[in-house]
Amino acid sequence: MGSISVIAISFCYLLLLFGIAYWAEKRTVSGKRMLSNPYVYALSLAVYCTAWTFYGSIGRASQTGMDFLAIYIGPTILAPVWWIFLRKMIRISKVQGITSIADFISSRYGKNITLGGIVTLVCILGIIPYIALQIKAISTSLDFLIGSEAARHSSPLSAISNTPFYVTVVLAVFIVFFSTRKIDTSERHEGMVSAIAFESIVKLIAFLCGGIFIVYWMYNGLGDIFGQALAQPKLRALLTFNSSNGFSSWVSLAVLSMFAILLLPRQFQIGVVENVNEQHLNKAIWLFPLYLFLINLLVLPIALAGQLSFQSNVDPDFSILALPLSEHHHGLALLIYIGGFSAATGMIIVETIALSTMLSNNVLIPLIVGIPFLKRIILQYISKAVIYIRRFSIVVILLLSYGYFYEFAEGYSLVSIGLISFAAVSQFAPALLGGMYWKQGTKTGALAGILFGFAIWFYTLVVPSMVSVALLPQSIMSEGLFGLSALKPNALFGLTELDYLSQSFFWSMLFNAGAYFGVSLYTKANRQERNQAELFVNVFKYAKAYESSVVWKGKTRVKDVRLLMVKFLGAHGTKRLFDQVSKTYGVKLADEDQADSRLIVHVEKILSGLIGSASARMLVSSIVADNEISITEMVDVIKESQELIALNKELRLKTDELKKASDALALANTQLLKADELRDEFLYTVTHELRTPLTSIRAFSEILHDHPDIEPNKRQEFLHTMTKEIERLSRLISQVLDLEKLQSGNYNIHPEKLSLQSLIQDAIAPFKQVLADRHIQFSMQLEEQIPDLMVDRDALIQVITNLVSNAIKFCNPDHPAISITVSCHADQVHLQFADNGPGISDADATLIFEKFFQVHGQTPSATHGSGLGLAISKKIIELHHGHIWVEKSEIQGANFVVSLPLNTAAS
Amino acid sequence: MKKQVKEQRLVSLSILAGILFCFPVMAIFNSPELVWGIPTLYLYIFIVWAILIAVLIRMVNKNRNSSE
Repeated sequence: MGSISVIAISFCYLLLLFGIAYWAEKRTVSGKRMLSNPYVYALSLAVYCTAWTFYGSIGRASQTGMDFLAIYIGPTILAPVWWIFLRKMIRISKVQGITSIADFISSRYGKNITLGGIVTLVCILGIIPYIALQIKAISTSLDFLIGSEAARHSSPLSAISNTPFYVTVVLAVFIVFFSTRKIDTSERHEGMVSAIAFESIVKLIAFLCGGIFIVYWMYNGLGDIFGQALAQPKLRALLTFNSSNGFSSWVSLAVLSMFAILLLPRQFQIGVVENVNEQHLNKAIWLFPLYLFLINLLVLPIALAGQLSFQSNVDPDFSILALPLSEHHHGLALLIYIGGFSAATGMIIVETIALSTMLSNNVLIPLIVGIPFLKRIILQYISKAVIYIRRFSIVVILLLSYGYFYEFAEGYSLVSIGLISFAAVSQFAPALLGGMYWKQGTKTGALAGILFGFAIWFYTLVVPSMVSVALLPQSIMSEGLFGLSALKPNALFGLTELDYLSQSFFWSMLFNAGAYFGVSLYTKANRQERNQAELFVNVFKYAKAYESSVVWKGKTRVKDVRLLMVKFLGAHGTKRLFDQVSKTYGVKLADEDQADSRLIVHVEKILSGLIGSASARMLVSSIVADNEISITEMVDVIKESQELIALNKELRLKTDELKKASDALALANTQLLKADELRDEFLYTVTHELRTPLTSIRAFSEILHDHPDIEPNKRQEFLHTMTKEIERLSRLISQVLDLEKLQSGNYNIHPEKLSLQSLIQDAIAPFKQVLADRHIQFSMQLEEQIPDLMVDRDALIQVITNLVSNAIKFCNPDHPAISITVSCHADQVHLQFADNGPGISDADATLIFEKFFQVHGQTPSATHGSGLGLAISKKIIELHHGHIWVEKSEIQGANFVVSLPLNTAAS
Repeated sequence: MKKQVKEQRLVSLSILAGILFCFPVMAIFNSPELVWGIPTLYLYIFIVWAILIAVLIRMVNKNRNSSE
C-alpha cells in the first residue's frame, strides 16, 4: 500500500479529531454540552484501552495464554464499587479544586509541596515509557501497513520513520490547543473528552471488524481455531493456566490493574477531573466493563490464529494487522491500523494533559512561587506565565516520550512496558486510599511509603531493563547487587516462587503499605494535615459547606485579595467572581474591609484549579499573613462543629432521660392519688363499722339510764348485748391495728418449729363449745407424717381461728357441716377449711380477700364480721411465703385452702 | 437508608466477582477440553463476565428508579 496515502489518512484522522473537539467546544458555548451526556463519560473512560490493549494483548496471549484477561477483569471486579471509591474521589476533587493525582495526594497531606513533587516524578518516570510505547505502536503498525517484507523485520527507523515524530508534533499542537487555551485546569476539556469518546468507538469497531474477519473469514469460526490450536502442544498450553505460576500472576495482574484504573494519571483525568456529574457513574459502572468485555472477546482467537498462520515468524503483537494483510485485504488492514492509531493517540493525549498538569502545578509553579525573587517578577504576568509553563510541560513530556521511544523502545514487547507503568502508579495506592479513609495517615508516612515502594519498583523492574540494554552490568541480574544473591532483582530476598512482576509487586506493596502505616502511627500530623484529613475522609459531610468549614485566621483586606485575583483572572473575571461570592454568602466586599474567611477559602480553591493546591496555599498565605504562613493559626473549625454535634446528641439524650423521669413521676403521682383515695375509703368504712356498735351501746345505756325501774332480766339482757358490742368494737380495733401493721411492714413474725396437728388442735379448742351447741358436724383429716413447719404460732392461730369462725358463720343452718383437711403436695402443705354453706361465686373469689369486702345478700346480719379477717389472713400467709385462695368445696359450700411451703425454715 | 442498601449490594457483587475470578474457583474450569468448540476456562471467564455485567445493569437501573 502506498506510504503516502497511509500517512495522509493518518493525518486526516487527526484532523477529524480536531474537528470533533472543536465542534464539541462550539456546542458548549451554545449550551449543549457533550459532557452532560453520561455515555460520553463512560466511553471516554475506555482510554484505559491503549495500543497495549489493541496490539499488546494479542502478543501476550500468544506467549502466556489467558492471563492478559486479568488486566481487564481487575477493573471489572472493581467497577461496582466505583460508586463508593471513585465518587468519593470526584467529590473531594470538586470540593478542593484538585486537578491531578499528585495534587490529590499532596492536598490530603497538608498541601505538601515535596509530596506532590515526588508523586509527579514517580508518574513521569513510570509513564514516559508507556507513552513511548504508544509511539512505538504507531510506528510499528505503520511499518506493517506500508513496509515491504524487508520493512517488517527491519527497525522502525526506516524511510518513513519520521512519521511518528510528526504525529507527536501534531498531537502536541492538539493538546496545547484544547487543554491550555483556558488558564483554569479545573474547567473541563469538553473538546478533548469528546474526541476521546469518539476514539473509543473507533478502536472498538476496528478491533471487532478485524477479529470477526480473522475468525469467520480466514478460519471457520471459534471452534475451528480452538480445535486446531488444541492439536498443537505449544498452543494447547495457552488454553489453560499452568498450575504453579499461572494463578499467582493472574491474581497479581488483577490487583495491579484494579489500582491502575483508579491511579493512572489518565484515568484520574478522565474519571475524576472531567466528570461533571456523579450520576454518570451509574452508566460507567456497567458500560465500561461491557466495553472491556467486547474488546477482549476475540483476543485469544486472534492470537491463536496468528500463531497457526505464521508459526512465530511475525511479531505476535501485530497479528491482527498481519493476518488480513497476508490475504491482501488492505482496506480492512487500514481500518485496523486506524483503530490502533486511535487507541495510541487517545492515550497520548490524555496522559500528556495529566502529566503536564502535574509537572507544571506540582513542580514548576511551586518552584517559581517558592523563590521570592522569581515570584515577584512572574506575578506581574502570572496568567500568561501559567499557560506558558503548562505548554512547556506538554512539550517536555512529549519530547521525553519520543526520546525514550527513539533510544530504548526497541527491545520490549508492548505489554511489559505497560505493566511496569501499572506497577509504578500502584505505589500511590496506600497513600491515596489510606488517605481517603484513614485520618491518622501522615505526610511523613505517605512520603516513606511512596519512596520505599518506588525504590523497590525501580530495583526490581527498571534495573533489569537497564541491564538488558547494557546500561548496567549483567552481573546484577545473575549474582545480585554486590554479589548478594538475596538482592537479585528478579528474585528479591530469595523469593523465586513468583514471576518477576508478581514478586516486584508483592515486595513493593508490602514495604510501601508497611512504611505508610508504620510511620504514620509514629509521627504526628500538623494542624493543616489534620484539617485536610478531616475534609477528605468526611467529604460527604462537609462538601456543601466547604467554604465555611475551613477558616483563615490571618487577616487581610479585600483589596489585597482582589489584586491577587486580577493577576490571574483579569479585572472582569475577578469582578464576576467577587459578585458571585458576595451573593452566595451575603457579604459586602468593599476594598478596605477585612476579607471574609469564606472569600479567602473560595479564592484558594479557584487558585488550586489554576496552579495546584500547594502553590495556591503559598500565594494566599503570602497575602493573608505578611509572608508568614499562618497555617498554625488555622482554627480547627471542623473539630468544633463535630464537638457541637456530639453535644447536641448528649442534649437529646438528656431530654429523653428527663422525659422518662417526668413520666415516672406522673405515674407515681397517680398511684399516690389512688392510694390516698383508698385510704379515705378505708377510713370511711372503719368509722362506719365503729359507729354501728357504738350506736347500739349508746342506745342501750340510755334506756338503762332513763328507766332505772327496768326489769332485772331485761336489764341483764341489755347489759349482755352491750358487752357483746364492746367486744366486737375492741376486736375491730385490734384488727385494724393488725392490718395497719401488716401493710406498713411493721408486723414481725417469729417462726418456730411447730407440729401442725397440735397447732390446729389449739386453734379449734375455743370453738368446741360452739360446735357442740349448734350441732355442727365437724370432721378433721390429717395426713400422717406431716413434717413440722417453721411458722409464727400466734399468727397462724389467728388465721385458723378466722377461717373456722367464717365456716361456722356461713355453714348450712339446717344441717351444718365443717371439715378440716391437711395434706402434703410436693413441697407444699395444704390446709383446707370447707363448709356446706352457700359458697363463694367465682367473681367474688379474689375480692373477698380485700379489706371490708362483704358478700352481698348472703350474710346474715347477725353474724356479719368486720370484713378484715380474710385480708389479715392473706397478709399473714403471704409473710410465710404461702398462698390462700377459695374454691368450691366437695360438700357444696366454700373451701378455703391455705398452702404453706414445707421448708419455711427462713422467714 | 436506600443509599446504603445500594452500596452494600454493589460491594457484595464486587466481592462475588472477586471470588469467581480467583484461584480456587477458576481452577475447577482449568482444563484443555473444548465445550461447544471453546476451551472450558475461556468459556467460563466470558460467561461469568457477561452475567456480571447483566446483573450490574439491573442493579444500577433498579436503584435509580427507586431513588428518583
